[in-house]
Amino acid sequence: MSVGAPRGLASSGQKPITEMLHPLSAAEEPLPPVPDVSDRGDKESGLTNGTPPVEASSPACTSLLINRLQLEENLEADARDLYISTETKDLFVTVDDPKKHVSTMETYITYRVSTKTTRVEFDLPEYCVRRRYQDFDWLRIKLEDSQPTHLIPPLPEKFVMKGVVDRFSEEFVETRMKALDKFLKRVADHPVLSFNPHLNSFLSVKDLNKRQGLALLTKVGESVKQVAGGYKLRARPPEFCAMGEYLDTFSQKLGTIDRIAQRILKEQSEYLTELRDYGSVYTSWAGSEDELRRPLEAVAGSVSTCCGAGDDLSENMSQDFLPVLREYVLYIESMKNVLRKRDQSQAEYEGRLEAAVLRRQEDKTPMPVEVEKCQDKVECFNADLKADWERWQSNKRQDFRQLLTGMADKNIHYYEKCQAAWESLVTLLQEKQSEDKGIETN
Amino acid sequence: MADSGCSEDVAVIGNTDITSEESDSINNTMAESQTDLLRKMEINVAEAEKRTGKNTVNMQETYTVYLIETRAVEAVTEGGLPPAPDSLWRRYSEFELLRTYLLVTYPYIVVPPLPEKRAEFVWHKLSADNLDPDFVERRRVGLENFLLRVASHPVLSSDKIFFFFLTEEKNWREEVLETGFQDKADSRLKSLSAMYRVKNPDKRFTALKQYSDELNTVISQLLRVRARVADRLYGVYKVHGNYGRVFSEWSAIENEMGDGLQSAGHHMDTYAASIDDILEEEEHYADQLKEYLFYTDAVRSVCRKHDLIQYELEMVAQDLASKKQQKEELSTGTVRIFSLKGMTSKLFGQESPEQKESRLAALEQSIQEGEAAVKDKVSECQDFVRAAWDDVERFKEQKDRDLREALISYAIMQISMCKKGIQVWSNAKECFNKM
Repeated sequence: MSVGAPRGLASSGQKPITEMLHPLSAAEEPLPPVPDVSDRGDKESGLTNGTPPVEASSPACTSLLINRLQLEENLEADARDLYISTETKDLFVTVDDPKKHVSTMETYITYRVSTKTTRVEFDLPEYCVRRRYQDFDWLRIKLEDSQPTHLIPPLPEKFVMKGVVDRFSEEFVETRMKALDKFLKRVADHPVLSFNPHLNSFLSVKDLNKRQGLALLTKVGESVKQVAGGYKLRARPPEFCAMGEYLDTFSQKLGTIDRIAQRILKEQSEYLTELRDYGSVYTSWAGSEDELRRPLEAVAGSVSTCCGAGDDLSENMSQDFLPVLREYVLYIESMKNVLRKRDQSQAEYEGRLEAAVLRRQEDKTPMPVEVEKCQDKVECFNADLKADWERWQSNKRQDFRQLLTGMADKNIHYYEKCQAAWESLVTLLQEKQSEDKGIETN
Repeated sequence: MADSGCSEDVAVIGNTDITSEESDSINNTMAESQTDLLRKMEINVAEAEKRTGKNTVNMQETYTVYLIETRAVEAVTEGGLPPAPDSLWRRYSEFELLRTYLLVTYPYIVVPPLPEKRAEFVWHKLSADNLDPDFVERRRVGLENFLLRVASHPVLSSDKIFFFFLTEEKNWREEVLETGFQDKADSRLKSLSAMYRVKNPDKRFTALKQYSDELNTVISQLLRVRARVADRLYGVYKVHGNYGRVFSEWSAIENEMGDGLQSAGHHMDTYAASIDDILEEEEHYADQLKEYLFYTDAVRSVCRKHDLIQYELEMVAQDLASKKQQKEELSTGTVRIFSLKGMTSKLFGQESPEQKESRLAALEQSIQEGEAAVKDKVSECQDFVRAAWDDVERFKEQKDRDLREALISYAIMQISMCKKGIQVWSNAKECFNKM
């Protein structure tokens, strides 16, 4: 494996893969400067860090190889757990510590991105850099471009959605930060994406600004490519049709759940408003009573405690529950995009194949290499996609289990707090009663 | 609480529905104040039935009648079982007639109120229709409560008309009217509606009136807000039902997650449905509050009756004072108070000594009558104040006891609601965990 570049690092846990690589590997084929669908970034070019991304196309598709590797080495691992297991996890990332920056041109928030790693691809075992949303966006675009066959986790919305939301409010920043943390963790946990050189730069380089310029170029390249595509897909394999349908329905259901949750929040807020009024009536009643003063004040107290518990529940819904739900909708969109790209590459292959077959029939021209390359591309794409799909499904299951049990937990806590408040009231009132009875019988 | 102070001798047959806890506690506090009547008799409003018939303007109407059952306390048949109770049917208007009679006959007593005629302070889901079975049921409980309150009152329980109300179906109406209470009813109306200034109000009654007004205001407010709270809570619970449907739809496209989602969805449906019972139960708390809301009207009318007597006393006292003044002027010849006779005699000449003598005698007579009237009125006032204040003290203690009980049972209801909530969400959480 070529490791000539100054920052090139021998791949650590990937030796077996590299040894299994097809002879037609990195640096053999000159490629056009504008990245196209045939990019094969990942492992191979990861090893040639520092040089401009020389993407090699290789028929040995990484996902197939990974799968084989896992089957051979991790025979006992859960078949669905296709992420790097925590024991072998060697890259830890965290996003925290939001800070506001005010400059003459603009005001923005940066977050601290901390990295701990034992990977040899990194110079140091620890990094600490500050990044803003723009930088995350840059990373995402680079990943999308360099790993077109893989599902890139989504970022939280760039622009705020509803009406006028304060971009610098604590809640907004907190929610966004959690989403950015999730994004980065998902990338770092991905067996392929985590070795992407752009990720490396993102995590380690002090000043990312110079790289921003490329973002524009790649975006342009992307759209040019899509316009130039224009191939029509004949028959999508059923498994990908099923994926597409699933994603559509799932997206719909999530949208419904979002609306329900919002409605609950609204009803709850109105309920809490009335409940606060209710409590204050008890307080004013207590003012005109003697014997009943303390009991009535105690009732007002219990009601007030319930209001507080209700506020906590609502806050949790809007801070933790809804954002995660919405992020999944974005995730679904990303997945759909990947499916579309897969369709594109299949269509291209079929188109070229048809053209080549026709020409061969006419003048016995042999099958051009491009056609074979297209075929390989499609197969790789399909394999990568399927692997990512499994990973995504497994993650989705875990994420939703966590999300929903979390929601149930919060509701349980809410009721527990309320129950405690009313129970202490009963104790108080009954104590007073037996006191009075004692006085009477005496 | 339900068990303390319960005497075995008077096991009042309460109703066996969810209200039993609340009415038991009220029944028990009434059982503590044992009257002769309750010692002898068990009273119970057992059922409600719809009837149709012609009313006073000969039109068909549908109304509800309530079955009043009474049974001698220690009666036991040969089989060792209690005998069948005596029973009769009464409609709401007859209860109203009884109460008006009591109000007029015992103006110094805080007469227990009837349950509301029409449903008020309702939250939207609850029907405001008088023929709605839930309303009828709550009214039945309220009417029984009314009878028990009267039966346990130290003064009211020995009233004959009340006794006949419980025991004589047919002739009761005539008997009530025969008491002639209607005449007194007019004066009572006067006392309630008239505006007059009392020169020396009894401070205790002024304070009581103020308290009663405050209580009325605050309980009305409480009932209004409570209805709004109930409305909102209903909304929160019901929207969760939508989760049930969407989880079910979602589970259809899932493999491993499907079962967990589906079962969790069922729990969400259960959660949404549970609010109906919860709020129905809370209506009993509202009913307890309403009883005391209506009680404030009874308190106010005692205060106003007192005002009237006080006013009448002041009037006769004033009248007496003015006559005495006149007599003094007549005998000494000085005119300090304007009188028509005095004026005319000034204008048309002095009267003869005989005329003066006869006028003096008439005045003397009038003064004596006036003094007797004042004495009567003072005595009436004192009796009224003594009896009224006794009953007000009794009422205050009852109120404090009952309302504290009501608050406790309200808190217990809330605890039960929380426990249900915890149960449902724990079940759902288990399902989510299995996803």
